[in-house]
Amino acid sequence: MNNIPKIPSSEITSLQHYLGRRRFMKGAAVAASALALAACGAPTLTPSSSDKSSTPPASPAPTAGASSADAVLVDELGQEANTYQEITSYNNFYEFTTNKEAVAPMSKGYPTEPWKIEVGGLVNKPGVYDLDDLNKFQQEERIYRLRCVEAWSMVIPWVGFPLAALLKQVEPTSQAKYVRFETIYDPDRMPGQRSNWYEWPYIEGLRLDEAMHDLTLLATGLYGEAMPIQNGAPVRLVVPWKYGFKSIKSIVRIDLVEEQPTSLWMAAAPNEYGFYANVNPDVSHPRWSQRSERRIGELKRRETPPFNGYGEQVAYLYEGMDLKVNF
Amino acid sequence: MKRPKFTVFQLFVHLAALLPLALLVWDTVQGNLSVNPIQDITFRTGKAALVLLVLTLAATPANTIFGFRQAIKVRRALGLYAFLYAGIHFLIFVGLDYGFNFRLLGLELVEKRYVLVGSAALLILIPLAITSTKGWQRRLGKTWKTLHKWIYLAGILVIVHYAWVQKADIRQPLLWGGIVALLLLARIPAVRRAAVRYRKKLSNRFSRSNKIGAPAKTA
Repeated sequence: MNNIPKIPSSEITSLQHYLGRRRFMKGAAVAASALALAACGAPTLTPSSSDKSSTPPASPAPTAGASSADAVLVDELGQEANTYQEITSYNNFYEFTTNKEAVAPMSKGYPTEPWKIEVGGLVNKPGVYDLDDLNKFQQEERIYRLRCVEAWSMVIPWVGFPLAALLKQVEPTSQAKYVRFETIYDPDRMPGQRSNWYEWPYIEGLRLDEAMHDLTLLATGLYGEAMPIQNGAPVRLVVPWKYGFKSIKSIVRIDLVEEQPTSLWMAAAPNEYGFYANVNPDVSHPRWSQRSERRIGELKRRETPPFNGYGEQVAYLYEGMDLKVNF
Repeated sequence: MKRPKFTVFQLFVHLAALLPLALLVWDTVQGNLSVNPIQDITFRTGKAALVLLVLTLAATPANTIFGFRQAIKVRRALGLYAFLYAGIHFLIFVGLDYGFNFRLLGLELVEKRYVLVGSAALLILIPLAITSTKGWQRRLGKTWKTLHKWIYLAGILVIVHYAWVQKADIRQPLLWGGIVALLLLARIPAVRRAAVRYRKKLSNRFSRSNKIGAPAKTA
């Protein structure tokens, strides 16, 4: 189990170079070297694909002093983003393997072009979207916390656009109550899908109002770069107030439906994984607690906030609902 | 004092049992662990404890059914190594993972039922480890045997613990559970006798066919 191929250093991209420097600069800043900051600062720090990196709405500038060098990416609570290396080397993507560290090497080279997403079901204007079509939506950077149901978490600077923008374009009919998402089914190249322990393909769902919420993102990249395969290339969902498994990867179908969709996890263990899967420290997984989490890169555990800290923005969606029943 | 004879097999067992620990230290120092190193260390020490506990349980049937007497010689060492890894596993959970935060640990203990079964298994192993010496064996007499039968329960609890940590896919725990079940069954006298009869029949047939002239290729 220990012979997972490591990514050779020769393959470390310039992006990581840039990130390494970002970390280094943070150290320099701590050493109170404002001059050094100014000297080796701005130019290469902004992700090159400039149109993909408008100011993240969810994250105000950290502090007045350090903001000029945008040395540290933080979310709206001031929590620092995980490194590119962390985000791209520790992935749950069961279509390839259940071994989180093996996903990156195993998924390397997986073809994501051409790619098409069929959007249909209860809509007035169904359509097939390729990557160019998706890139026409106004892309923005959103720095979100991602809380895995396994009780670890990361802060990730996604690039993408609100799912609502796409849904508005296809015009859901009045009958549409839910959105159903489907991952690509490709057992020839995704060995995990040959396991019949789970019902492939991966299915996820949202209630229409959740799907239309501005925080709900269709992500096409991270750290200003195109989405790495292991993170769900070329396009994935990101719903930051729900457990990570709701944020379905490598989407090929989106359907507006009337009935609540049954997700892969609901089918696998209905008493353990519910449809809503909102991050909730007061509702433990039947077999383990959800009160605390380990932020990747930190030694001390953090206590998990309700709705992963997005309660102010999303709690109204669930008013009057018993979240212990609708877990 | 007479020096006990240390066989090559015993040496092999000790080295093999220490290998996971050595690899773990090596990987930690080299930075080969994942970005979630505490979980890695927890999983790896837990797996080592499980495998060693299963091997401990295998020692007696290896002797009674297969006549492999050397297994009895290493049984205590295997059990103590299982306890060592289980102890590290537990200390990492309490100390490193939860930073000795007993308020949080208390809450988790109530909600994480796999913690309860795992802790119960470790609690069972403590008196067994303490009384594993020759001196205690002598002092306890017949009670010693009864006491050490508690390892059967520890074996079952460990499998339940393992199965409950999984997200959904419990094929691995099922496999190890199957092995533990077989090893426990092998201790039932009737089963043991039947197994011995069957083994003898097999080996008789094998040696007869060898005599008839088949190439004497034995593994």
